[in-house]
Amino acid sequence: MAETGGYLPGALEAEAEKADTRNRWLLSLPAVIIIICFAAGPLLVMVLYSFLTPGDYGNVKWEFSLEGWMNTIVQRDIFDDTLMWADAHISIFWRSFSLSVITTVLTLIFGLPTAWFIATQPPGRRELWLFLVTVPFWSNLLVRTIAIQELIRNEGVINLVLLKLGVIDAPIQMMFTDFAIGFGMTYVYLPLMVLPIYAAVDKLDFRLVEAAHDLYASRWTAFRRVILPLIKPGIIAGSILVFIPSLGAYVTPRVLGGGKNLMFGNLIELQFGAGRNWPLGAALSLMLMTAVMIALIYYVRVTSRDRADG
Amino acid sequence: MVDTAPTTTPAEQRAAKRHPGRAPKGYSMRTLPGFSVIALFTMIVLYAPIMILVIYSFNEGTSLAIWEGFSLRWYRQAAANEAVQDAAIRSLYLAFIASSIGTVAATMAALATTRTRRFPGKTMIYALINQPLMVPEIVTAVALLIVFATIKVWTGHTSMIYLIVAHTAFCIPFAYLPIRARLETMDMSLETAARDLYASPWLTFRKVTLPLMWPGIVAGLMLAFVISLDTVVITEFVKSAGQETLPTYMLGQLRRVVTPEVNAISTVILAAGAILVALFFRLTQRKG
Repeated sequence: MAETGGYLPGALEAEAEKADTRNRWLLSLPAVIIIICFAAGPLLVMVLYSFLTPGDYGNVKWEFSLEGWMNTIVQRDIFDDTLMWADAHISIFWRSFSLSVITTVLTLIFGLPTAWFIATQPPGRRELWLFLVTVPFWSNLLVRTIAIQELIRNEGVINLVLLKLGVIDAPIQMMFTDFAIGFGMTYVYLPLMVLPIYAAVDKLDFRLVEAAHDLYASRWTAFRRVILPLIKPGIIAGSILVFIPSLGAYVTPRVLGGGKNLMFGNLIELQFGAGRNWPLGAALSLMLMTAVMIALIYYVRVTSRDRADG
Repeated sequence: MVDTAPTTTPAEQRAAKRHPGRAPKGYSMRTLPGFSVIALFTMIVLYAPIMILVIYSFNEGTSLAIWEGFSLRWYRQAAANEAVQDAAIRSLYLAFIASSIGTVAATMAALATTRTRRFPGKTMIYALINQPLMVPEIVTAVALLIVFATIKVWTGHTSMIYLIVAHTAFCIPFAYLPIRARLETMDMSLETAARDLYASPWLTFRKVTLPLMWPGIVAGLMLAFVISLDTVVITEFVKSAGQETLPTYMLGQLRRVVTPEVNAISTVILAAGAILVALFFRLTQRKG
């Protein structure tokens, strides 16, 4: 008895732990199954599809092929089968990347002062400002895009005002341009930049800034040498949070960019519609997903380092 | 929001108390030149387009150019439009079912993955639940199109079930986050007390855990509902013929001439969303 007395509780504990683990898995099972079947699993099927041959009327033929992946960056000449760069695709990748960078920079230019302004408000008012920034973010993305369309289309508010004031004689064509996409994305993703920078400024120890001032730093020097390095993790986090959805944007470029100014997401859609090249569409989707994953991993590393420091 | 370091001296704090809202006397590094101007400009730009859209949805005329007087004409026209009615009912039905199932699944998963030691697979469950958030919506939509197109061809079955399961999967992470956040603020002491008083596990859950986590569940449900109502890309790719939801209907309309009818529908969606989000904030910010 004395021997087992020390032994049994340990075994029982291990047994109980096992049962606890099992119960927790069972409890998670509905969510896990739904997501595996209708979110994560289909991504694996897509990997398979990217290695098949396009069917004549969409869908695929079950024959192995690397064409899908190759077609992402090169195309075959229809006459003599020589390979050449798929210029159309490369220009779309470039537009996606550059517009995402521009969107990120613009949201930073407007978002940083906004975050700073909110974080330096008296506590009672801070919540209200924060709420005001968050509300548009939670409102329907399509509706916000439509609102931008009403602003910039040829019969839109901006052109009307400029015409009335006599600044212009004919409406400026803003819809269906890269400008429209960049403007729209800046508008819809701005809150994503404000919130992480706000969190960083909120944590900022203002005594350090005052110390810089006491040591005769100008405002600009103090901002550049003290404030900026301290809120850098927030700026990086916000930048990635804006960059990721910009890169994968679909609705905003579709509505504001029209049929010519495609971005990555619209190029993918094209392969499942008029393009009738599902393997290419699958390969492009996986490329986009990889790009986003790299950005996300970077984001996690930056934010966890920040947490470890703070 | 925890203030770890006092950012002002006691003298400044006293001054701030006497003159709330006024900057402390003398030099302050808290205001940077031009920042407030840019911030206020940004706030105006954030709301102006929405405001214009809302105002013009009440315009009697068709053009943005002329204000022809207040009227509910476009709302009446939208409400009488059978395609709009149909899409609105489908959107609500879909959001209701998907957010309900999603919230139940998310609640169970949140109970399993919070307030516990690291058990084998915990990280995996967490990663899986958050997976839909980490992939661009267009990628999820296309992957679902591939799988569902094949199933639709095999079975010939084209009911709403595809949209329901797709929306449910997409809703789960959004429902999960507020529920998990709520659970993490609750320690086990009340539940332990109930157990010590011979309450069965089920009774403890029903009488102690569930009432305590209820605000989190309601918040999760509302968030999931809003997300389902807003989701357009996944719906666009998964829907079968004749299964328009309100967002996909509007997206289709935009290809043609924009009429103020779209503005009216947009305003209704905005209002519904704003109410739900305001309630969500109230539920998640009140403590205890």
